[in-house]
Amino acid sequence: MAQAIAIVNANEFYVSCERVFDPGLLGRPVVVLSNNDGCIISRSREARALNLTMGAPLFKVQDIVEANDVAVFSSNYQLYGDLSLRLVEAFYEFTPDVEVYSIDEAFLGLETHPDQSFRDYGLEIKAKVYQWTGVPCSLGISQTKTLSKVAQRFTKKHAAAQGVLDLTDQADQTSVLEETPVEDVWGVGPAYGKLLAGAGITTARQLRDADRRWVRRRMIVVGARIVEELRGISCLPLERCPQARKSVTCSRSFGVLVEFIEELREAVAVYTTKAAERRRRARLAAGVVRIFVSTNRFSADPQYSNSVTFELAYATDSTEELLAWTRKALERIYRPGYRYKKAGVMLNHLTPADELTTRLFGDERFERSRRLMKAVDEINRKFGRDTVRFDAVRPGGRWETKCLRRSRRYTTCLNEVLRIA
Amino acid sequence: MGDSVAGIYLPRRAAKLARPLVAWRVPAGFPSPAQDEIEGRIDLNRDLIKHPLATFYVRVEGDSMEPRIHAGALLVVDRMAETKDGDVVIARVGSEFMVKRLCIEADGSVWLLSENPAYAPVQVTEGLGFEVWGKVMYSIHRH
Repeated sequence: MAQAIAIVNANEFYVSCERVFDPGLLGRPVVVLSNNDGCIISRSREARALNLTMGAPLFKVQDIVEANDVAVFSSNYQLYGDLSLRLVEAFYEFTPDVEVYSIDEAFLGLETHPDQSFRDYGLEIKAKVYQWTGVPCSLGISQTKTLSKVAQRFTKKHAAAQGVLDLTDQADQTSVLEETPVEDVWGVGPAYGKLLAGAGITTARQLRDADRRWVRRRMIVVGARIVEELRGISCLPLERCPQARKSVTCSRSFGVLVEFIEELREAVAVYTTKAAERRRRARLAAGVVRIFVSTNRFSADPQYSNSVTFELAYATDSTEELLAWTRKALERIYRPGYRYKKAGVMLNHLTPADELTTRLFGDERFERSRRLMKAVDEINRKFGRDTVRFDAVRPGGRWETKCLRRSRRYTTCLNEVLRIA
Repeated sequence: MGDSVAGIYLPRRAAKLARPLVAWRVPAGFPSPAQDEIEGRIDLNRDLIKHPLATFYVRVEGDSMEPRIHAGALLVVDRMAETKDGDVVIARVGSEFMVKRLCIEADGSVWLLSENPAYAPVQVTEGLGFEVWGKVMYSIHRH
């Protein structure tokens, strides 16, 4: 029985999610925009061929978009988030060793039978994941995470690999590493890339074969680890249990400048609600609340920015309580006469909600509040976000993400499911 | 960066629409003879959805599958289930989705059939861009 580490990467993930439910998008240039419909954050192959670059602001490429009938979408994180979870569940059908690395990537610990090659297993995983979820993936397989990343990247440039490269063989490793620019190796990046180029190291193969002591001196322990990993010695084991996140931030630039406290108050309430919702979903309570506001530092307007942090006597995950705190915090830092561009809420010192300490006073009220939150979350999950909301949060406010081109929430909202004649 | 994943929804399998399989009044002093028989309640999510990760919902808008599937019905579609001749499927043909009965002839030719005689059968030929998107497991119709 042979063992290896695979990285599975969902190709052009956000675009692929849109295509699962809209076959008219197949073969067509498609882009997905960031929050507020600002920049391109996901592109189909056809869109890349039109030189629509990653991070390009939509208004700058409007001509290309119109001339080529490019399909443009606002990001639909409800859909992408759900399909991402489905992908992870699909990976668990093959192995219990799954490390979710990002919304569209995971490392898998794989084992094969003696009569099965890693390539065949990889092709099987790719085909089944596509059949089950509709999302196309590519896989790189090798002895270490770093080598599997190299392999996965290689499949993108070589169509003949059909999206799967088994890079467990040492001779193959040497030739693939030789074709890989050193700054494309996982963990190297442009800064180290420059340093290495100065020393005449431009390919991944040269880095693998570099003098260990030299690398350790110039790139400290990180570099030494990369070299070991390129040599096939695993230094980065799979992390199966994601660590509880220590903080969560919800902030956004406004579509238009905001001057009055009433408006800011609503924006802050929206962000507080979202941050609290996310914490409850992760079963975490916040012990520290921080809010910040700032003007547009790129404008000629008078400038102001400030933040304030409250340490709570008792950690809480209740929107009701957090709203009271962020409202108070805003009043402390708001100054009239400025045009605000951005506000945000940060929840810190997150502790598991099940371990909340008993309160001296007001326990009963807090319990009531938590029960209320549970009911609110259930309703919003069932009927769509903001079906039930606090009075401070009015719908359709301008601090809500602009998402004029969002597709349906096909998998999380019953009245937005796919319709077929 | 804060809000990059705004919504991740875990599949909720524990629907609270449940009835006991066996309900008994317990006579005082005597153990219920049914006690060992209670096996948990019927849970349609659990009992009808075999593959939550690959199950999607689709709303039917047309009448091409009448009288078998009514317009407005909600379909439970499983992408993990094997499909064979006679199954009702969601098919992709080119840039279009359709709900049809899959018909695979002995000679290997594939047809997509409507239940409603007003709609002609579609033969699947090469180059049509045909794909079985998922198998229709149940249709839910509100009466």
